[in-house]
Amino acid sequence: MTAPAPAPRPQRSRLERLGESLLEGLIRLSGVSAIVFVLAIFFFVFREAAPVVFSRNFDLWKFLFSIEWYPTSASNVRYGTFALTVGSFAVTALAMAIAVPFGLGAAIYLSEFCGRRLRETLKIVIELLSAIPSVVWGFIALTVTSKLVVDATGAAVGVNVLNGGVVLALMSVPIIVSIGEDALKAVPDSYREAALALGATRWQVVYRVLLPAARNGLLAAVLLGVGRAVGETMAVLMATGHAVHIPGSLLDSVRTLTANIAAELGEAPVGSDHYRVLFLTGVLLFCITFAVNIVADLAIRGVRRRG
Amino acid sequence: MVNGSRTAPPPAAPAAPARIQVADLRLSYGDKEVIHGISFDVRANEILGVIGPAQSGKSSMLRCLNRTIEFVAGARVAGTVHVDGEDVSRTRDVHALRRKIGMVAPLPVGLPLTIYDNVAFAPRCAGLRDRAELDALVEHCLRQAALWDEVKDRLGSLGTALSGGQQQRLTIARALSHRPEVLCLDEFSIAIDPVTTMRIEDVLKELRREITIILVTNLTQQARRLADRTMFMLNGRIVELDRTDVVFSEQPGSRQTWDYVNGNFG
Ligand SMILES: Nc1ncnc2c1ncn2[C@@H]1O[C@H](COP(=O)(O)OP(=O)(O)O)[C@@H](O)[C@H]1O
Ligand SMILES: [Mg+2]
Repeated sequence: MTAPAPAPRPQRSRLERLGESLLEGLIRLSGVSAIVFVLAIFFFVFREAAPVVFSRNFDLWKFLFSIEWYPTSASNVRYGTFALTVGSFAVTALAMAIAVPFGLGAAIYLSEFCGRRLRETLKIVIELLSAIPSVVWGFIALTVTSKLVVDATGAAVGVNVLNGGVVLALMSVPIIVSIGEDALKAVPDSYREAALALGATRWQVVYRVLLPAARNGLLAAVLLGVGRAVGETMAVLMATGHAVHIPGSLLDSVRTLTANIAAELGEAPVGSDHYRVLFLTGVLLFCITFAVNIVADLAIRGVRRRG
Repeated sequence: MVNGSRTAPPPAAPAAPARIQVADLRLSYGDKEVIHGISFDVRANEILGVIGPAQSGKSSMLRCLNRTIEFVAGARVAGTVHVDGEDVSRTRDVHALRRKIGMVAPLPVGLPLTIYDNVAFAPRCAGLRDRAELDALVEHCLRQAALWDEVKDRLGSLGTALSGGQQQRLTIARALSHRPEVLCLDEFSIAIDPVTTMRIEDVLKELRREITIILVTNLTQQARRLADRTMFMLNGRIVELDRTDVVFSEQPGSRQTWDYVNGNFG
């Protein structure tokens, strides 16, 4: 009688191993390609702008900090974008001042306080809201909210910072709510139960446990909202009135960096200084969003370290 | 012997005033009844050991005492639980009730906060703000849970980063932080080494002078060492509840008890 031959140790086939390394390569490639695309976009935008940056009569300081934007003046062309930058900041800041409390509040309500049926309904409504195209928002801004603004404040024109901020807030809230709710839902129920078992009220659970535990996700929600507001073009173009100057109050019309590019690029002759300066404005916008992201990243790290 | 299927009123003259009175408690998860009408008292300043095989309903019974059973969707409770004469289902302030009953779960759930904030959590929720008082309380509770020496230099680091055994002691410190009058421990020593277990057992003996303790344990010898009275639960019923020396004697009230205690069960 012979002992049965021991079965060979199971090994994966060559094909399997090859497939796996192929897959790994593909994943790496797609990761790297994201970086490549970003750099490529930056490169092409900057290449359009470069000739004017390196021309002798270009003054970077004036470009950034002069409020005089006269790109088509016959006698004295001036390209100062400061008023546009301030316009972008003003509208975004107002939008966030409205959208962050509402958005986070709604996210907390949805995830912690409302019943299942109501939550499902509200989530569908919020998804519908975020699916509205920005040109439709612009239309609403132009025809609906601007009239409300005039009625409520007695402003001369309804298309102004307030109007733009309100509409941008309406556009950002759905993002903040859905991402914020996901962040809160990702906190394990065991934390909630442990805290409640210690005699915490539901509200104490929210602000003592859930908000700290979900802070990164909540910050991401806010930042995506900011991103939407900063980058939004069509709606602000229609909502803010399009006057290039530093707003003195919420009821002044302004123009933002994005709206300016959208409005003027079509008229600027390809290859002209005006055309190139508009691309440079794009580079500036790029830098601003980049800076916002970096600050946010540092903030998250800082929060994490302290935590 | 107390029999779960009988619902006789508790005896007229208990040895000590009852802290907790459970009468005909029934619990079902959905359609499945897992506690079939049990009645018992927990006396002030005793350690009540609760033993019994897994799935007997020991943990579920504890969760009925402080109403954390409400977190389980589909759980239905019938019968009454009185804590210090107050019907828990009618209590005005369920948060105060939960502070009155400290609960230590078998698997520790450290809150995602610092060690200090974990222990200070319940007092803060109860409204304690004074920093010096909090500091003293946190130290006291961590010492009681035999954890202070290991964490005193890093109270500001995350509680969830501690080892399993340390987290379990953290939850014990946390359960003591709201000055409970009843402390329920559910198989607390699962994740703790024997030496630490002994230290905590010593603490429990100390605590008995101040509070009442319900000690659910899968180690029958732990009940024997600590408990004044021991309750043997099986399949959602109480088989026997008596003085610990009787339960662990050669003639307990029930043959099943003898079998379980002597390890030839099943
Ligand atoms: N959350 C739950 N949902 C449904 N059934 C449960 C739940 N928790 C416990 N059970 C059931 O209740 C019975 C008693 O469980 P448990 O109270 O955990 O017993 P023990 O603590 O004695 O092991 C078991 O049959 C278990 O399957
Ligand atoms: Mg259990």
